Amino acid sequence: MDMKRTYYEDVQLVTSPVVLFWLALLFVFLVVFPFVVGNYYVYVANYIAINIIVAAGLNLLVGYTGQISLGHAGFFAIGAYGTVILMAKAGLPFLLALPCSALVAAGFGFLLGLPALRLEGPYLSIATLGFGLTITQIIGRIELFGGREGLHAPDIVIGSWIINTDRQFYFLLVFITIVLLTGMRNLIRTRVGRAFIAIRDADIAAQTMGVNIVFYKTLAFAVSAFYAGIGGGLYAFVLKFIEPEIFTLMMSIMFLAMVVVGGQGSLMGPVVGAGLLCWLDLKLRNILDIPFLGDWLEALSRSWFSITGVSNIQYIVFGSIMVAIMLFEPLGLYGVWLRTKRYWRTWPF
Amino acid sequence: MKPEFLTVSNLSISFGGIKALQDISFSMEKGEIFSVIGPNGAGKTTLFNCISGLYKPDEGSIRFKETAVEKKKPDAIARLGVARTFQNIELFSHMNTMENIMLGRHIHMKTGLFRGMGMWGKSTFAAKEEILHREKVEQIIDFLELQQVRDIPVGALPYGTQKLIELARALALEPDLLLLDEPCAGMNQEEKQDMIFWIKDIQDDLGVTILLIEHDMKLVMDISDRVLAINFGKSVTLGTPGEVQQNKEVRKAYIGEEDQDGISAVG
Repeated sequence: MDMKRTYYEDVQLVTSPVVLFWLALLFVFLVVFPFVVGNYYVYVANYIAINIIVAAGLNLLVGYTGQISLGHAGFFAIGAYGTVILMAKAGLPFLLALPCSALVAAGFGFLLGLPALRLEGPYLSIATLGFGLTITQIIGRIELFGGREGLHAPDIVIGSWIINTDRQFYFLLVFITIVLLTGMRNLIRTRVGRAFIAIRDADIAAQTMGVNIVFYKTLAFAVSAFYAGIGGGLYAFVLKFIEPEIFTLMMSIMFLAMVVVGGQGSLMGPVVGAGLLCWLDLKLRNILDIPFLGDWLEALSRSWFSITGVSNIQYIVFGSIMVAIMLFEPLGLYGVWLRTKRYWRTWPF
Repeated sequence: MKPEFLTVSNLSISFGGIKALQDISFSMEKGEIFSVIGPNGAGKTTLFNCISGLYKPDEGSIRFKETAVEKKKPDAIARLGVARTFQNIELFSHMNTMENIMLGRHIHMKTGLFRGMGMWGKSTFAAKEEILHREKVEQIIDFLELQQVRDIPVGALPYGTQKLIELARALALEPDLLLLDEPCAGMNQEEKQDMIFWIKDIQDDLGVTILLIEHDMKLVMDISDRVLAINFGKSVTLGTPGEVQQNKEVRKAYIGEEDQDGISAVG
């Protein structure tokens, strides 16, 4: 193990030349990526980046602070609608509309954090579930928000840069994702992040050490909702069109699944979880196109798993993979990473 | 007359039909080691929980440094300079030793959400503050000889070490009043001796006033300036260790009537 010489080495971003090397390599990959793959994969990358932002925010709440939320699609919707409306109806520039709507989402997050002071576990999940369902109902009934018809997202203009291709949007997204993830990592390593983790591990001890639980629990909700709001605001421009039906309970559950499958309470967990689940979600839609196996799976699904005759094998495979990951590695993909790291550290013994 | 330090007056609290504390009164002077003894279930930890704000007493008052604290929240009481340890260890098990103790610095640090997220380099406010307070924590780590476990998640450490880390975390708060709830429980003789030295050092060198709950009578009698004995939530007697040892009711309720020398360890 490396010897540390200064206390800054405990908290600094790049801990060793090796880490710097991999970060540089990742950066080069991210820059080159959209030029070597087709447009569809750039779209997939954008989709994943947005989910990474939301999952990272939810991880702060679930993984680090020990709360739960089944209402993140609600914050996601607030971010999406807020950004589009502020741009289309109030004429705000994108760079102002996005953080403003995320702040609105954070405000709602703060409000939802208040019942969280008294509720825990299953009770809290039901309360947040109610919030998520209510938000889409309300949005669908307000004329300004386009009602059931939905809204079209305008083009993003930053200065003289007009973003109208997936590739341009990709670079904006990568930049925002990196900034938000680094901010999250800094947060966790400093005073506020420690208070969050302390509340999760031993809330009574945290209180008697001077941590104001009311403040930090609601703050965790607000920050988490802010990330979801940013994600939602960006999502509107991936879809170019938003309607209330997009922001379902299923979406909230998928956000939570990304955090848990990736590994709660780790920085990279939600990144990997979001990446894997989004990729599976998109890939498994075409599972029936695989030669032989596809036909066989479809026949299996038709004869055993579906009453209507419509094939649902995509969800069955998707669910099975999630069950398998949780069964073999309760810490999620992050747990696999930890074990691999430990193996190589002691290799060849 | 000395300035008021900690004064507990007529403290009562009940849970359902059980009167956990009835009419408890005592006052502590700055700099002393004050022990609370009593059989299991006598209400010692309940008393601690009232002082540190986890329980709100039904009646009576607690004043700390001329401030009424009986209605204050635990974090507000901590900011006044009261730190404590727990009978059943309450550490942040996924953090390492350093980070656990760093949480004790919480009230002395200022980095908030934005300055924390903005720790983009060595010269930012958050980084400077982290470095400064990590140096202070290192002094505590040196004092309690915890260097070897500095970077290990505390959940994996042995019981005795965990107890020490709890003490370190409480010291990091730089308390005026330190509440120790059975600091030697489950320790062997050697570890107990070390703990006694440390408690004495904390009193002498750091000038911290200590309120102590302990079952080991020899330890209590050795280091306490004064002792309060309680039983069934009621105050039995209060005085110097010698006086309390001679008290009939204490011997009957706690030490046992047959015990001739008056000193025995009750497990």
